[in-house]
Amino acid sequence: MKRYVIVGGGIAGIHCIEGIRSADRSGSITLISAEADSNYGRPLISYYLEGATDEEKMSYRGSDFYERNGVTALHGVTAEKLDPTAKTLTLSDGQVLPYDALCVAAGSGPFVPPFAGLDTVPQEKKFTFMTLSDARGLMQAVTPESRVLIIGGGLIGLKCAEGLYAHTKHLTVCDLAPHVLSSILQPESAEIVEQHLKAKGIRLMLGDSAKEFQGTKALMNSGETVEFDLLVLAIGVRPNTGLIKDAGGDVNRGIVTDASMATTIPCVYAAGDCVESKNIITGGQGILAILPNAAMQGRTAGINMAGGEAVFDGGIPMNSMGLMGVHLMTAGSYYEESNGGQVYMEASEGSYKKLFTKDGYLTGFILMGDLHRAGIYTALIRERRPLDSIDFETVKKDPSLLPFGAEYRRQTLGGVV
Amino acid sequence: MKRVYVNEKWCLGCHLCEYNCAFANSGETDMAKALRGKVIHPRLHIEGQGEIHYAVSCRHCTDPLCVKSCISGALSIQDGTVKIDHDKCVGCLTCVLVCPYGAVAPGPDGAATKCELCLENACGAPACAAGCPNNAIVYEEREEASA
Repeated sequence: MKRYVIVGGGIAGIHCIEGIRSADRSGSITLISAEADSNYGRPLISYYLEGATDEEKMSYRGSDFYERNGVTALHGVTAEKLDPTAKTLTLSDGQVLPYDALCVAAGSGPFVPPFAGLDTVPQEKKFTFMTLSDARGLMQAVTPESRVLIIGGGLIGLKCAEGLYAHTKHLTVCDLAPHVLSSILQPESAEIVEQHLKAKGIRLMLGDSAKEFQGTKALMNSGETVEFDLLVLAIGVRPNTGLIKDAGGDVNRGIVTDASMATTIPCVYAAGDCVESKNIITGGQGILAILPNAAMQGRTAGINMAGGEAVFDGGIPMNSMGLMGVHLMTAGSYYEESNGGQVYMEASEGSYKKLFTKDGYLTGFILMGDLHRAGIYTALIRERRPLDSIDFETVKKDPSLLPFGAEYRRQTLGGVV
Repeated sequence: MKRVYVNEKWCLGCHLCEYNCAFANSGETDMAKALRGKVIHPRLHIEGQGEIHYAVSCRHCTDPLCVKSCISGALSIQDGTVKIDHDKCVGCLTCVLVCPYGAVAPGPDGAATKCELCLENACGAPACAAGCPNNAIVYEEREEASA
């Protein structure tokens, strides 16, 4: 009987279990979760904070998932040392687990730069926003009077702001970048979001961040002082690669794997936000820390761990997010005239569309407002479908299956896909 | 398993399937009461241009991207049918972002909606196919990778 060990109870870990069980019903599976919680949709923590979901609904595969799949789940322990020769994993509680196949699905943790005086901020007023436990803590701490300073105007910081907005209106978000969501938007589209946030009464301090903390005061680069009751540090994330690195496996920014999700250590796989994978558009390796990739990588790893054959052949960056009433979708890489691409744009009241093409392929898009059938664009990017094989002039205005031709429709609407 | 299949040569573009779909999923027993004066939210839609018409609905893919991309676990495969748990869905619309056929849509209350083959409603089998006057939509078993 094969012994499987999975480090991490997030989406990659859950899909790894499903992958293993699709090929092996009898092997033993032990899952290690540093968090007290596992098997929940991590991006849901902002919805939880907002009150738009609850802990029961957040259960990603249901509360009987481990039982149904014969999984021993160990919570609140961390994996300390991987011994590739003995094929054992030592845990923080001293337990030593032997394994035949192991998957590191350890995700990422908050990146907090060394702010001067951060240690003077009382512990109970200082938060990161990565886990359900973080969300519970914030929910207990926040009152309608709370003044909250969020450091970081990216996806995590702004979704946290949205969640907190259900509790307090005194929100300030700062970011060193001149615009919000700088990793997925351009200045023009970011401004639309910024106007929206400001209209809701959120204070944005862009191109600015904390230089120093003095208790519950942040001294900003701009010279201003921001007083707060709660501080959220949402600057960025850092992949949890230490276990593989310390064991001698290859790690760049993330853990290096092949298309089977195997690391350079025999019998050890990795999946999710802690790994690097191929970007289908650029061909380059990088961290594509989004949930769909974690799911596909986890499943791929699990199937291969159990002796099956599966491949993860790369992904693209993409996001769909609602933010206090404005909904935006982004995908791919943004090539414009300045870097060899072409742009198609439509903008009207409440709606914004920008499509990026390069060398005869759709490479990226930014959509706000009208999001209908956006997946048709995403598929064009992901499948690298040559645009001269379809009527792109029509599809760029209105995403439908019409420009793909009758044969494509016969196969997809008249056949099993 | 049985799925909904479309033959665009037979489609008249009459949009009856959209009304049957909206009625089937309305929970009402009277069609006029269910649809009169209302903006309908059918889970399939007719598209086309000129003489070409066809219905587009969830393909119930064998390896669905929407299920793998769902952040809440609201989308799942049950006996081959791709289902959505309305209560679990938080309306992030990642499923809309990834469906290659544009067959998942934002619903009236923010949560995503899609065809569930009428298996859960009073029809018990797809109302679009049952009501199609020209057999342009059928509900039947077909082989994988044939068509």
